Amino acid sequence: MNFARQFKEGLITNNPVLVQVLGMCSTMAITTSFFNGIGMGVAVTIILTLSNIIISAIRKLVPDKIRIAMFIVVIAGFVTMVDLLLQAFVPALSESLGVFIPLIVVNCIILGRAESFSYKNGVAASAVDGICQGIGYTLVLMVMCIVRELLGAGTFGGGILGAGGILEGGALGAGKGIRIIPEQFPIGVLTLPVGGFIVLACLIAAMQWALARPKKEKEESKS
Amino acid sequence: MKQIYELLAITLGAILSNNFIFSQFLGCCPFLGVSKKVDTATGMGIAVTFVMGLASAVCYVVNELVLVPLKLEYMQTVAFILVIAALVQFIEMFLQKSMPSLYTALGVYLPLITTNCAVLGVVLLNVQNNYNFISSVVYGITGGLGFLLAIVLFASIRERLVFADYPKAFEGFPIALVTAGLMALAFMGFSGLRIW
Repeated sequence: MNFARQFKEGLITNNPVLVQVLGMCSTMAITTSFFNGIGMGVAVTIILTLSNIIISAIRKLVPDKIRIAMFIVVIAGFVTMVDLLLQAFVPALSESLGVFIPLIVVNCIILGRAESFSYKNGVAASAVDGICQGIGYTLVLMVMCIVRELLGAGTFGGGILGAGGILEGGALGAGKGIRIIPEQFPIGVLTLPVGGFIVLACLIAAMQWALARPKKEKEESKS
Repeated sequence: MKQIYELLAITLGAILSNNFIFSQFLGCCPFLGVSKKVDTATGMGIAVTFVMGLASAVCYVVNELVLVPLKLEYMQTVAFILVIAALVQFIEMFLQKSMPSLYTALGVYLPLITTNCAVLGVVLLNVQNNYNFISSVVYGITGGLGFLLAIVLFASIRERLVFADYPKAFEGFPIALVTAGLMALAFMGFSGLRIW
C-alpha cells in the first residue's frame, strides 16, 4: 500500500471536508476557538482510526445486509468511550463541545470511510487511512478556527494560550488567547453561525480553485 | 398555564430563534445534499419532522423506563442511535405496506434520516434539558418544522441560483454555503424573540 499517496489524499486531494464535503455540521458548529478545533479534531481522528481498524478486521464476518447497523454500533461504542474519557480528564473541552461529542456517531466522515474504505481494505491500510483522513479533518478545523477567531474575536489560540492559559500554569480551556486585533475592531459576526457558513464556503472555493488550476494547465499544454 | 408558556417558548425557539440548522448546525448534511429542488426538499423536511417527533417520544420512554432504572445512562448514545435506526427501518416497512404513495414520494430519503444529526441531536438535547414527555415531543416536532422551513426556503433560493453570476470557484457547495450563511444572518434577527 502506498502510504505517501494515502497521506496526500487525506490532506489535500481527497480531504474529507473540503473535497468530499462530509461532516459539515461539526466543522461549522465548533470552530469558534482554537482549543475546540484541536480537541474535536483529535477526538475524531482517534475514533476514526479505531473504528476503521475494527471494521476492517471484522469485515469478512459481517453480512452485507446489516453492515451499516454494525458500523454504527462499533462507532457508537468508541464515541461513548471517548466521551467518558473527555468528561473525566478534560472537562473543559467536554463542556464547550457539548452535544457535538456524542454526535460524532453520526459524523458522515466516519461512516463514509467505513463504507468506502475500511470495509474493502486490510487492517494496516485502514489504520493509515483513518489517521490521514483524521489529520486532514483536524487541519481544516484548525484553519477555520484560526480565521474565525482572529477576524471575529481578534485573538489567537483561545483556550490554550494567553492570560490564564497553559503557559502560565492555568488549566486547559481557561486561556483567553493572545490579542492581535484591538478589542473594538473585530467582525463579531464571524464567531456567530453566519461566520461558520461563510468561512467554510470560502475555504471550499479556494480548494476548488487550487485543484482546478493544474488540471487546466495540463489540458492547455496538451492541446 | 406555566406548562403552556414553556411549550410556547420551546416552539418559538425551535422554529425561529434557535433554528436547528441556522443556529445549532444540526442536520446540515441533508440540508445541503437534498435541497436542489423544492419538492424533494419538502418531502425530506416532512419525513425528518415525523421521525424527530417519534424518536423524541420513543427515546424518552426508553431513557426513563430502561436506562435510568438500570443506571445505564452512559449507554445513552448507543441506545438512542439503535432506537433511531430501528425506528426508521420500521417506519419504512410500515409505509411500504400501508401507504405506498407516501413511501414512493419519500423514497431514498427515509434511510438517510438515520444518520441525520438533527434526529440524534434533538434526542440528546431533550435529555440534557431535562424535558418531560410532552415537552420532548413538542421540541422534536417543532424542531422538525424548523428544519422543514429552513430547507424549503433554502431550496427555493437555490433553484434561482442558476441565473446568478458568481465566480467559477464558488460553483456547487460554496455558493450554497454562502446562501445559507446569509439566511442564517436573517434568522439571527429572530433572536430578540427570546422573551420567556
